[in-house]
Amino acid sequence: MTLALATPLRLPARRLASFGWATTIAGVICLLVALTALLAPWIAPHDPTAVDPLNAYAPFSAAHPLGTDDLGRDLLSRLIAGSRTSLAGPLVVIVLSGATGTAIAVAAAWIGGWFDAAVSRVLDILFAFPGLVLAITVTAVFGAGFLAPVVALSLAYVPIIARVMRAAALRERSLPYVEALRVQGFSGWHICRRHLLPNLAPLLVVQAAISFGYAMIDLASISFLGLGLQPPAADWGLMIANGQPSILAGFPQQSIAAAVAVVITVVAFTVVAERMASR
Amino acid sequence: MILEVTDLRKVFGSHVAVDGVSFGVGSGGSLAIVGESGSGKTTCARIVAGLERATAGTIRLGDLTDKSDRKSRARMVQMVFQDPYQSLDRRQTVASCLDEVLKFHGRDERPRRTKELLDLVGLDQRHAKALPKQLSGGQRQRVAIARALAPEPRLLILDEAVAALDVSIQAQVLNLLADARKATGVGYLFITHDLSVVRHVCDDVIVMHRGKIVEAGPVEKVLTSPEADYTRKLVGSIPRPGWVPTRA
Repeated sequence: MTLALATPLRLPARRLASFGWATTIAGVICLLVALTALLAPWIAPHDPTAVDPLNAYAPFSAAHPLGTDDLGRDLLSRLIAGSRTSLAGPLVVIVLSGATGTAIAVAAAWIGGWFDAAVSRVLDILFAFPGLVLAITVTAVFGAGFLAPVVALSLAYVPIIARVMRAAALRERSLPYVEALRVQGFSGWHICRRHLLPNLAPLLVVQAAISFGYAMIDLASISFLGLGLQPPAADWGLMIANGQPSILAGFPQQSIAAAVAVVITVVAFTVVAERMASR
Repeated sequence: MILEVTDLRKVFGSHVAVDGVSFGVGSGGSLAIVGESGSGKTTCARIVAGLERATAGTIRLGDLTDKSDRKSRARMVQMVFQDPYQSLDRRQTVASCLDEVLKFHGRDERPRRTKELLDLVGLDQRHAKALPKQLSGGQRQRVAIARALAPEPRLLILDEAVAALDVSIQAQVLNLLADARKATGVGYLFITHDLSVVRHVCDDVIVMHRGKIVEAGPVEKVLTSPEADYTRKLVGSIPRPGWVPTRA
């Protein structure tokens, strides 16, 4: 019996080439956006909330690369500062909905029977309810801000994650190794935690990454409607909304810059996620 | 006797899978259950392993009682499954798979014991670090056998354990099973559709057909002078030297 354990050494360049140029560019953009959000206070050239009315609607310049808004605030700094909340929102959504959805899915697949049937029907009902409408309703009740829309959207994303994870958990559960573990005497809890979940993790990461883009657009829409963060906080969806009067005044930079930031980030995350899903 | 099954009956809906079957395995003995697909042999095995509930009948496993927990049952009876490609967790190395079982059953000196088990099934330290996908079907089945032997069970159920392997690997694994029985004193309940492999590992055999036992006895006797028509047909279907396939 021979055994080939040596994995072929793959050079980074060749590895990158195997992803395709679109995924590579998208991946680099994701990293840059994430780094920007992490380092926002240190790399923003100006204070994103510093008002300078004498300098309102300043054109592109070395001091203000994207110009200033109606209150003379530096747009680039606001864009950089806004990346924090604009990324943190979807991140919280996918973490909350991913954890809850997976827990529900694995429990339903493992316990089976009437429990599985009941959970599946409840998920179907939640599914029928548009996530954005749910989020807007909850925000209307609990008040605008960061938390209410994020929690409501997390709830709306639970059935999306749970449906995919339940199917995968059922498939995983039917594999003979699970029966082998049961014959070994392991508890259902141990098998789910130590074997089912690690095997489902790659799929969960892909699902979360795909949902990230959708959550970002949904949260930007909520901010745009004025139900998310309130001024003077910098947030991309809020910036698009606040830039509207300026468009009429002939200064569309604010809305355009924030919208472009949302679109580029969503596309980049989705391209990377789709690539991960197809592997 | 470590296993005594009496009047076992299992009904799925309106289908009677196992219909009043009785058999036993002595300590360190080995019994083959032979039959075609749907004869109820695998159902018998799954009931003994605790994966299915019997509709009627009694099963005595050593000193286990109805109150024994799954852990003590696991130390009495273990099972090796047919499909070596899916009976191991694909994310777990061989060593961690064995270590998990040894730890669960509270065994000491786990690294030494892991090495012993690998030795027993003819694998070495390089295989210990391997993931299932890096192993062949035969090697995976050896790992599955090592895992099943880890809690030192008194009875090992082998459900078509060599059916998915090619013939030369089958022979290796059958020899390994014969050796392991000598080394550990474990008893075998060997489920197979293939009479030709029975001789290598088993002392006794029962032949099942449509949920019932049609013949039982020592392997040599059943193979050389079968009494039931069905057994004769099974024995006649074993390929042997000089056998010429009929052309259709």
